Amino acid sequence: MAFFSVENINLLGIAAAVPRNEISNYDYDFLNESERKLLIKTTGIEKRRAVLNSGITTTDLGMAAAEKLLKETNTSKDDIGILIFISQTPDYLLPASSILLQNRLGLSKSCMAFDINLGCSGYIYGLSVIGSLMNQAKIKKGLLIAGDISSISAVREDKSVYPLFGDAATATMLEYNTQADKMHFSLQNDGSGYEAIIVREGGVRKPLTKESFLIEDLGNGVSRAPRNLELNGMDVFNFSVTEVPANVIEFLRETSTTVDSYDQFIMHQANLLMNETIRKKLKFPAEKVPYSLSKYGNTSSASIPLTIVTELGKKVSGNVSFLLSGFGVGLSWGTVSLKTHNLVCPQLIEL
Amino acid sequence: MDIKDFIKKFRAEFEDIPQGSITPSTSIKDIEGWGSMHALIVVALADTEYGVTIKGEELKKANTIQDLFNLIVSQQK
Repeated sequence: MAFFSVENINLLGIAAAVPRNEISNYDYDFLNESERKLLIKTTGIEKRRAVLNSGITTTDLGMAAAEKLLKETNTSKDDIGILIFISQTPDYLLPASSILLQNRLGLSKSCMAFDINLGCSGYIYGLSVIGSLMNQAKIKKGLLIAGDISSISAVREDKSVYPLFGDAATATMLEYNTQADKMHFSLQNDGSGYEAIIVREGGVRKPLTKESFLIEDLGNGVSRAPRNLELNGMDVFNFSVTEVPANVIEFLRETSTTVDSYDQFIMHQANLLMNETIRKKLKFPAEKVPYSLSKYGNTSSASIPLTIVTELGKKVSGNVSFLLSGFGVGLSWGTVSLKTHNLVCPQLIEL
Repeated sequence: MDIKDFIKKFRAEFEDIPQGSITPSTSIKDIEGWGSMHALIVVALADTEYGVTIKGEELKKANTIQDLFNLIVSQQK
């Protein structure tokens, strides 16, 4: 297990943006009423946001969140020395979306910018990379932008994917500060599970053809095309409820902390059954484990910062000790502990 | 653990299954409205209540409630 610490880095603020269009799973008439009821009860997902045909991209949402955050934290654009964009739904195959954002946000040409291709675990990995680089190069301020437009690759006739995912992007502002508490990380992955969550066609291994768009009925309420997002719910469930608690328990041991050492445990928002199974295994009290699932669904790498913005908001004034855990596509997972002091959390932005 | 207790827990997970309709010989796939979501709930039940991880393929091989119960018992250390 990759276990390490990052010094001198503070989280200043988090902002999140979602598309205005709301989709209710109560209206998901691809399922009958009892199936729908069971789906909502089990996943905990009632509503989600989706860009639909608005043309909004991940960088559009990320940009709105970043601009708001720059303003609310009174950060000068010239101080931003690094921008990292975490997403699996970039604007173009190339160039990297982070570089587009550098220009659109009016950041300096000496601000380094690059993308990281990760999903549900991305926020944790992103914090580790941006924190390490900022500490190493003593960069004053950094922007971590994380999110996905998952609705673009989900097909309505796939009940194992469509009702779960929502679109969102978030911006996190970090600063170099020698007074900052250490952030501790534990990062893991297992490529043998690469097929558990996958978009099979559209990359170089299987380039797009006409057939990539042909939707096939695979039975049991699942129809999709090879270009669509595919998810093996059972494999993802077993992976998550096994590896995540094990990772967190090891993390607590390594850091000589316990569940009581943390004010908030924010998990990637996958589905309620899975998240609650993990929470109960770790014996975290429910009041320390907020969920944004019911309103926004699974928002990939945006889910942890989005949950902090929508569920904690004003509760992040003063000192807060966080334990954050992301897990999913890859398979990839990781945990970070960090402390915030009057974290700036502006209200959710709707585009 | 005994199978009566297991059936009680199993039933408690599913509001839509009629009382008394589940016996050890009940065929899982024939339970009305049975689907992939139910299978996931069973996997969660095995994990939280019995500390056992059931794989998808193993679950598919379990035809009856008795099979499912045996599968969980066999996985317990």
